[in-house]
Amino acid sequence: MSASSAAAPGTGAKPNAGLAWLARIAELRAWLFLLILVVFFETWAQVAYGVTFFGSSYNLQSIAVFAVAPLLLALGSTFVIISGGIDLSIGFVMGLSAVVAAHGVNIAGHWLSPFPAMLVGIVAGLLVTLVPGKINGLLIAKLNIPPFIGTLGMFGVARGVAFLIAGGTTVPVSNHWFASLGNDRIFGLPYVVLVTVLFLIGMHYLLSQTRFGQHTYALGANEQATIRAGIDVDRLKQRLYMLSAFCAGIGGVLYAARFTAGAAQAGEPLLLDSIAAVVIGGASLFGGSGTVFGTVAGSLVIAVIQYGLVFINVEPFWQFVAVGCVIIISVLVDQTQRRFTER
Amino acid sequence: MATETGPILDVRNIYKRFGGVQALDDVSMNLYPGEVVALAGDNGAGKSTLIKAISGVYRADEGEIVLAGEPVHFASPEAARGAGIETIYQDLALADNLSIGANIFLGREPMRNMFGFLPVLDRRKMAAAAKETMARLDFHVSRLEAPVGRFSGGQRQAVAIGRAIYWNARVLIMDEPTAALGVPEQRKVLSLVQTLKTQGQGVIFISHNLHDIFAVADRIFVLRRGQLAGERRIEDTNPDEVVRLMVGG
Repeated sequence: MSASSAAAPGTGAKPNAGLAWLARIAELRAWLFLLILVVFFETWAQVAYGVTFFGSSYNLQSIAVFAVAPLLLALGSTFVIISGGIDLSIGFVMGLSAVVAAHGVNIAGHWLSPFPAMLVGIVAGLLVTLVPGKINGLLIAKLNIPPFIGTLGMFGVARGVAFLIAGGTTVPVSNHWFASLGNDRIFGLPYVVLVTVLFLIGMHYLLSQTRFGQHTYALGANEQATIRAGIDVDRLKQRLYMLSAFCAGIGGVLYAARFTAGAAQAGEPLLLDSIAAVVIGGASLFGGSGTVFGTVAGSLVIAVIQYGLVFINVEPFWQFVAVGCVIIISVLVDQTQRRFTER
Repeated sequence: MATETGPILDVRNIYKRFGGVQALDDVSMNLYPGEVVALAGDNGAGKSTLIKAISGVYRADEGEIVLAGEPVHFASPEAARGAGIETIYQDLALADNLSIGANIFLGREPMRNMFGFLPVLDRRKMAAAAKETMARLDFHVSRLEAPVGRFSGGQRQAVAIGRAIYWNARVLIMDEPTAALGVPEQRKVLSLVQTLKTQGQGVIFISHNLHDIFAVADRIFVLRRGQLAGERRIEDTNPDEVVRLMVGG
């Protein structure tokens, strides 16, 4: 309880400015991590090899391309985690989408010229994700299955279905437009990065400027209050899990374009990285807090660690150790901040 | 509202039975605008059944509830709230991570168009409404963007009440509003109730604390075992009599 509570009504309601600062720093911790990593790798590269790390546009582009897929998964997870849920199915929903997109492009290519065939494949890959997303939403909203369990079940279902559709192998695509989407650049900026940047701006708008975003925060803080405010929480949850699956779908489509092949296991190694990115970015797994730009920073932290360690020639296994340490530090910062700022 | 003289809320001869228990047995009470009515009674006396019948959680078996001269039958708490009967719960039903304004407007957020076409949340309007509403309650808040989780218990209570009055609640039901608060905060909440009263709001105040009741209430209804044990004007009674009514004998 603040010291001002002893005053008469009318003089209180001033949260301590120092605590507000602490909260601000904790909120921006992902950017601080990123800054520290940049300084670290740049120093190392200069001292050990006499080259610049971040001065190289090749390195920057590689890091950006590297960060795209986990970031797309993480964007959807940002919403779900803010709402107090979790979506484990996205790893294989991404694979499902990649496989369906690859098949879609190939099958449509029998009748259509390459460009519309690509569009058909992209739309198919995106639409298919709405099925697992909707089912996740129904399980969680209508049947009250805990998100961890419901989406873990969907993780298995999507994995199986993706492999079945793929015939147990990778599905190669031959479509030059699709390959160009995944690998070419415009003004030096890879298309996949451009698409991701545009999408994340849209997601930032959705989270910070719309009722949907506002209700997502409220749901994560106090579900009872959200229901009492007359918000249709069931529908909100269904939309959240469909959005999460859709983000995984964009990741899957871009994956298939980049590697000109759809693979069921495309997203498997990215699931935990994407959740880590959300947490490093300042979201709480208890729900109620997080931002899109925090998640962007979190994804960049992970990508810089992974790419940077390879660049400075450290054994790649160290990246798991480094990412793990950053997650733990990040959660510790969050908890410390909470202890001081909440009553 | 043509109820300058009549009661804003008139509860007439309510009965409610749960299995073998007669929870409310011919209970009547009323509330005038600008009046604070206290409900007192031991645990299980029927206080919370009565407010749940008023706020649409339960349906009374028999009897009538008249709001501003019109008989009402609420199918749900939402319907009661829509008609202007708002219950301020102890757990406050606030989203701690949102600002005062966002809490006031939760579920009914105002939008504006950015660049003439892009709908965005109208945070300025929410902040202005928050400032105005809190000032009406004599709480002057400097940091309107801070999440309500950073405020104290009494301030948060004011936010919950502010939301109710912003949306034109006519009857405010406060269930043990001073429980779980420190003494200075309790005083703040009591003076908040006084402020509501001077603004013509009708308040039903449920409390175990006779000291609080005598500090703010105009009238007191005492329940005992589902029945109305007595109704007194606060100036015509004293704590000893109220306790006698509560325990019987």
